[in-house]
Amino acid sequence: MDGLLFLTFAAIAVGCAINLVLQTHPISSALSLVGVMGSLTVLYLLLGGEFIAAVQLIVYAGAIMVLFIFVIMLLNAGAEKRPTRRVVALWVSLPLLFTLIALAAILIESQAPETEVVRFGGFSGGSALAVGRALFTSYLLPFEITSILILIAILGAVVLARKEI
Amino acid sequence: MPNDFPIPLSAPAVPLAWYLILSAILFTLGVAGFLFRRNIITVFMSIELMLNAVNLTFVTFSYRLKQVDGHIFSFFVMVVAAAEAAVGLAIILTVFKNRSTLEIDEVNSMRL
Amino acid sequence: MHQLWLIPALPLAGFLLLGIFGRRLSKPVINAAAIGSVVLAFLWVVKTLYGLGALDQPYVERYFTWIASGTLNVGFDFAVDRLSAVMLLIVTGVGALIHIYAIGYMSHEGGYYRFFAYLNLFMFFMLTLVLAANYLLLFVGWEGVGLCSYLLIGFYFLKRSATEAGKKAFVVNRIGDFGFSLGMFLIVAQFGSLDFQTVFAKVAGLPVEKGPGMLAIICILLLFGACGKSAQIPLYVWLPDAMEGPTPVSALIHAATMVTAGVYMVARSAVLFNHAPAALEVVAYVGLITAVLAATIGLTQYDIKKVFAYSTISQLGYMFLALGCGAYSAGVFHIMTHAFFKALLFLGAGSVIHALSGEQDLRLMGGLWKKIPVTFAVLLCASVAIAGVPPFSGFHSKDAILLAAYAHAPWMYWVGVVTAGLTAFYVFRAFFLCFFGSYRGDAHPHESPWIITAPLGVLALLSLGGGYIDVPRFLSPVFGEPQAVQNESLVYISVGAALAGIFVAWLFYVARPGLAESVAGALGGLYRLVYNKYFVDEAYDALIVNPIVDGSRTVLWRGVDAGLIDGAVDGAGSASRFIGGVLRLMQSGYIRRYAAWVVVGSILVILAVRFAGGAR
Repeated sequence: MDGLLFLTFAAIAVGCAINLVLQTHPISSALSLVGVMGSLTVLYLLLGGEFIAAVQLIVYAGAIMVLFIFVIMLLNAGAEKRPTRRVVALWVSLPLLFTLIALAAILIESQAPETEVVRFGGFSGGSALAVGRALFTSYLLPFEITSILILIAILGAVVLARKEI
Repeated sequence: MPNDFPIPLSAPAVPLAWYLILSAILFTLGVAGFLFRRNIITVFMSIELMLNAVNLTFVTFSYRLKQVDGHIFSFFVMVVAAAEAAVGLAIILTVFKNRSTLEIDEVNSMRL
Repeated sequence: MHQLWLIPALPLAGFLLLGIFGRRLSKPVINAAAIGSVVLAFLWVVKTLYGLGALDQPYVERYFTWIASGTLNVGFDFAVDRLSAVMLLIVTGVGALIHIYAIGYMSHEGGYYRFFAYLNLFMFFMLTLVLAANYLLLFVGWEGVGLCSYLLIGFYFLKRSATEAGKKAFVVNRIGDFGFSLGMFLIVAQFGSLDFQTVFAKVAGLPVEKGPGMLAIICILLLFGACGKSAQIPLYVWLPDAMEGPTPVSALIHAATMVTAGVYMVARSAVLFNHAPAALEVVAYVGLITAVLAATIGLTQYDIKKVFAYSTISQLGYMFLALGCGAYSAGVFHIMTHAFFKALLFLGAGSVIHALSGEQDLRLMGGLWKKIPVTFAVLLCASVAIAGVPPFSGFHSKDAILLAAYAHAPWMYWVGVVTAGLTAFYVFRAFFLCFFGSYRGDAHPHESPWIITAPLGVLALLSLGGGYIDVPRFLSPVFGEPQAVQNESLVYISVGAALAGIFVAWLFYVARPGLAESVAGALGGLYRLVYNKYFVDEAYDALIVNPIVDGSRTVLWRGVDAGLIDGAVDGAGSASRFIGGVLRLMQSGYIRRYAAWVVVGSILVILAVRFAGGAR
């Protein structure tokens, strides 16, 4: 069952990602991104990250993506016009990307032990209890700092988006 | 689920490496989106895609090492991504107000 | 403590006072400061010597340690022994007289306070040189007097020839100083100290060297330095040009005191030279050749000061001859008598020049014995003294030298006698041309004021009677007993040569005036060679000066400085600009292009980490 779930949602994720890159209208890209995030939620659950999965869905897909969609609406962004074919750029960039994937794959294959498989329930330390405990003991300082970071981000966003600059 | 479900429900478990390869693929697609799209907002969303791919990597390694620290790191990534998205979109709004364009190639006045 | 330091300190105070405040002081105050410092120094010298008594051993005062570096210890020490006593009296005594003279001579000149400030500074350095108890302090005084010589030769700094002469003096001196410095380095290397007593004690214990050895090399180097300072071959070329300075300067520095510093230094190092007879031979040869050469050039010159300049070089050659023959005390004796009559000659010439309102050419003088009688009288005294006519001072000292030369090597005696004849000839040639015959110029000769003639009178008395100051016996504790007169006939021969010279001069320039030109015409090329000083200056220019200047200009200036160093610096700048220009192509302003570069970079980093053994 785990394998089936993985393959399904991995396929959905990759498909949505490709869709994000290929679509012309930003709204379509945004919705594809939401799809990616949803699939990733399931994958997190498989890996035992219950808390992270929930946060992903609530914060990432629920709040951040909504913010994106609001901004797209505000700016009334239309579909991208077809650009003049920059063949040279394509010929340079695509091999670059393939190299990236290939390198990553080779590295991963050489590192990861073959026997390790992922089973649902194989790792139980990702519960809210465990995360909370770690967050408020070992990682207290980063926790506090990130809260200040969010405060600054709010201030920054408010200042930047005012009507009169 | 009964055992004679037409679809093989008990597929063999997936090796850990495949999660990482999936993460690599998603990351590369994010880079591709960054390099090839011209709308600023789409570029931003490609960045978010890259961040998600990295999150997946963290959680995978957390599973492998049987520690919760990967989850914590992923949590922080999300926090920072939220802050970044807020500020970044505010910047995009300002740029749009000043330049009336959403093309990334037309915001090139910081050239030497 | 006898406070030896006061002796140089008094002129130094005079220099500071005149140098800093001189512009605002009135002339009487300047006079008082300038003369007062030197006269007081002279009186202090007398008092100190009186208080020191017999002075069989050197009296040393050590003030503080100047250099303490590793094993080398150099102290700021003054010492007085019989040799320095003689020098001190000469320097301060004759110096005081010349200072008094200069007040009258320079009264109409600009830069009055500056002149006396420099003169006082010179006195300070000269006294430091004489009082020094080690080679390094002596060298300080040595360099200092060279500096003052440069300042005073170029006193009329608006005249191109004067500044050139000052530069020439300084540079040639410097070449000699290089030899001196090398000699000092070797002394430190060999004996570990520069203190006179220490070094001399160590050398006394060494055996006498047969041929060229380390001591001989040291002595030759020291001699080279002395040649620079005392205008011997090959470094004498600066002294004739130094006549560009005012006449008191020529008298004080280039006759009585500074040029004798070389002789003093060699006499002081007698212990070293005695242990290296090869070097001593070189000293004698250098002195003798210089004496003859300078005397021949002096025969033909028409500028009265140039005649006396070459005479100085020639007489210094005599002193070195004396040193080279081992008669150190005779050489020092000649320093003293030479100071008297040469200073008198120069100051008298200055009086003549002053009387003629600046004329220096002998051909435009003549018949002045009626117009400036006092000057005539004193110059007569000086001329007979230098010619070596008994019983005047020059006879005693020159005879001591010639006798020592005969005892060393008889042929040197004969050359010396011929030179003595030449000396008498050229001095009286100048004398007759100046005072006899009819006046050939067009100025209005008038006698000089008493402030000029009074010091001349004192010096005349010293020139006449100075021979009876028995310096050689006084210096016998230092250098050993003087040689007794072996052969009466030698004395008669040298006196005869002097009288012959005077007679020939009278013949050429008073009895038969046209004879001189016909002889010169008959000698033709030889005369021209001697008249042009054997073209030595031109030879130096062609062989040494011009190649160095041209080499400097082309190789060092254009090649190294402008090409290499400037090129490196400018090249660094233009290389930076070039690299910057290449790198700026990365900053295109297109965000996506930046992202592409990031991807390239990250691929490279991954490869580096993977293959440099990072990710195992």
